[in-house]
Amino acid sequence: MTIHVKFFASLKDKLKIDDTTIERAKTAGEAWDITTHNTERPDNVLVAINLEYAQFEDAIKAGDEVAFFPPVTGG
Amino acid sequence: MATHVIEHIFDPWKTIAEHQSKTSCHKQFGATATFIGTMRDFNDSADVSAMTLEHYPAMTQHYLDKLIDEANTKWDLLDTLIVHRVGEIKPAEPIMLIACWSAHRRASLDACSWLIEELKHRAPFWKKETTPNGERWVEKNTNGL
Repeated sequence: MTIHVKFFASLKDKLKIDDTTIERAKTAGEAWDITTHNTERPDNVLVAINLEYAQFEDAIKAGDEVAFFPPVTGG
Repeated sequence: MATHVIEHIFDPWKTIAEHQSKTSCHKQFGATATFIGTMRDFNDSADVSAMTLEHYPAMTQHYLDKLIDEANTKWDLLDTLIVHRVGEIKPAEPIMLIACWSAHRRASLDACSWLIEELKHRAPFWKKETTPNGERWVEKNTNGL
């Protein structure tokens, strides 16, 4: 089982990462560090775990989907 | 209750009328409140000739459903419809609509207002604008005033 990691909007463009998988990470923040090769995280980045807003220190496990994105601007 | 994320232009008035003609609360509602968001040809001191809306499909659907569920716990709504475009949009085209039906006006008016604000802060959509200087991501929502 792997952890699915997704990036959206300006973050996807800036980091040139769309969708990737990692073998393991303890927290969402660690998933960011692994997938971005320790790129400094902009202050306004939001994170979701399994489609729910979460915190970077929240735990993740195999099979989870973690997404990173900037503030939303729909409507 | 229905939510639709669509990639094509739509007529919000026709969509509302069609939904209302099929609603199960026919003859029960006395009030309909609507919000329609339309694309401007300017934003943040620049001309905007087009816009592309990106979204996170699974989370968007989850949050649109969740917002309607939450609205139903706050107000006595008979029916709710949310339609939101994704993909390329041109000025004067509708971006989204929210319609709420209730027996009396206060519930539908308040729910509609609440839903647009919550959608703008929680539903994962992102706008990229095309301006004379190239494309740019919209970094935050306007304050709505």
